[in-house]
Amino acid sequence: MDHHAEPVVELEDAVVVLGSFPALAGVDLVVARGEILLLRGPNGAGKTTLLRLCAGLLPLARGRGHVAGCDLTTQRDAVRARVGLLGHANGLYADLTVAENVRFWGATVGATPGEVDAALDRMDLSRRLATVPVNRLSAGQRRRTALACLVARRAQLWLLDEPHAGLDAAGRDELDATLRAAVGSGATVIVASHELERAGSLATRVVDVVGGQALALRGEGG
Amino acid sequence: MSTWRTALLIAMKDLRVEARSRIVLVQVLPFAGLVMVLFAFALDSDTVLERVSPGLIWMATVFSLLIVVQRSFGVETADGALDALRVAGVRASGIFVGKAIALAAQLLALEVLLTVLAVVLYRAELDADGLVLFVTTVLVATCGLAFVGTLYGGLAAGAKGRETLLPLLLFPVVAPVLIGATRATEAALGASGAATSEGWPWVALLVVFAALFGAGGTLAFGSLIEE
Repeated sequence: MDHHAEPVVELEDAVVVLGSFPALAGVDLVVARGEILLLRGPNGAGKTTLLRLCAGLLPLARGRGHVAGCDLTTQRDAVRARVGLLGHANGLYADLTVAENVRFWGATVGATPGEVDAALDRMDLSRRLATVPVNRLSAGQRRRTALACLVARRAQLWLLDEPHAGLDAAGRDELDATLRAAVGSGATVIVASHELERAGSLATRVVDVVGGQALALRGEGG
Repeated sequence: MSTWRTALLIAMKDLRVEARSRIVLVQVLPFAGLVMVLFAFALDSDTVLERVSPGLIWMATVFSLLIVVQRSFGVETADGALDALRVAGVRASGIFVGKAIALAAQLLALEVLLTVLAVVLYRAELDADGLVLFVTTVLVATCGLAFVGTLYGGLAAGAKGRETLLPLLLFPVVAPVLIGATRATEAALGASGAATSEGWPWVALLVVFAALFGAGGTLAFGSLIEE
């Protein structure tokens, strides 16, 4: 990790309360541009909550946070426009083709046809698969399509929740290569995963998310 | 991106999804047609059918609205697309207007079919004055139904048991449209001896309803789909 690189995520004593349950209890975290950060921890530790906070989907109950230079309390819409969250779902329209999905998501930020084509190219989707409806794709191909949508949306920060789930070996290799390429072209990636061996080899830094309500983070070089 | 550009993008996407899946064509239109035919069998009296045909057109429309709304939001929630739209910071007002436009387009297609069926099965008749009133009624009532359907579809989209929750929420709220559109259509068709001029006050009610739910939905939709 380049500690002098511009921070994309800065959280200071971040607290998120879901109902009456403190899902995040005072998180401090800095993620620099170009990192692939792995969040690891047991179920219920708060990994997904942390991703959703960084996506601007959950309000801060206490503390401060900035994502891509925008305040998590006062500029949540601006945060959302700069991040891409890929959870267990892909956010795709099954009846539309791969190209139509990527074009639609690109259009939400005014992407040009050239940018859409570039996103399809980058995910190796521009030839045979572009005209195939999403409901005929394999799980890996759907994931790749979803990532192409993030590229077309010009997302600066990719937040991926269990991205390897449901993929076969080839799909996982493909995903890892895609994420490395994304980072090579300026994106920052945060991955929450149980697949520590796979995600750990991909990550430039690993952070532990510990303990249901109370959440502690520990950084270690990767 | 402005609300109108977002709305256009969402409407085009929804209509493209419908064109591909053909759910309205192969399921909703036959369903609405079947409702009309079953009413004809059940009532089995030309006099009664002529009198109640305006109400039957709008009852069949409201039943079909339920299916179209569930389909419209089912497409958004099946693979987390509604969540993804929120994450992407897409304007909620644009999503609301866009989905309402697509819904209205599908309802209009449905209402054309129902009107043809009413003319054939129930021997409904329209003169020139009645036609103007009828077309205006259909357009305004459709806007109202599309706005309410989108608003409550969004509200129920994230809820457990949304398939059963939606009719419970939707039917009481669309009652004014059902009443207003039925009375205006009665006047347009001259059913129950109503004069055409008697229909326009009901159209005014429909305009107020559509305006209220259009404005309210545009403002409130963002909060409804938030966590």
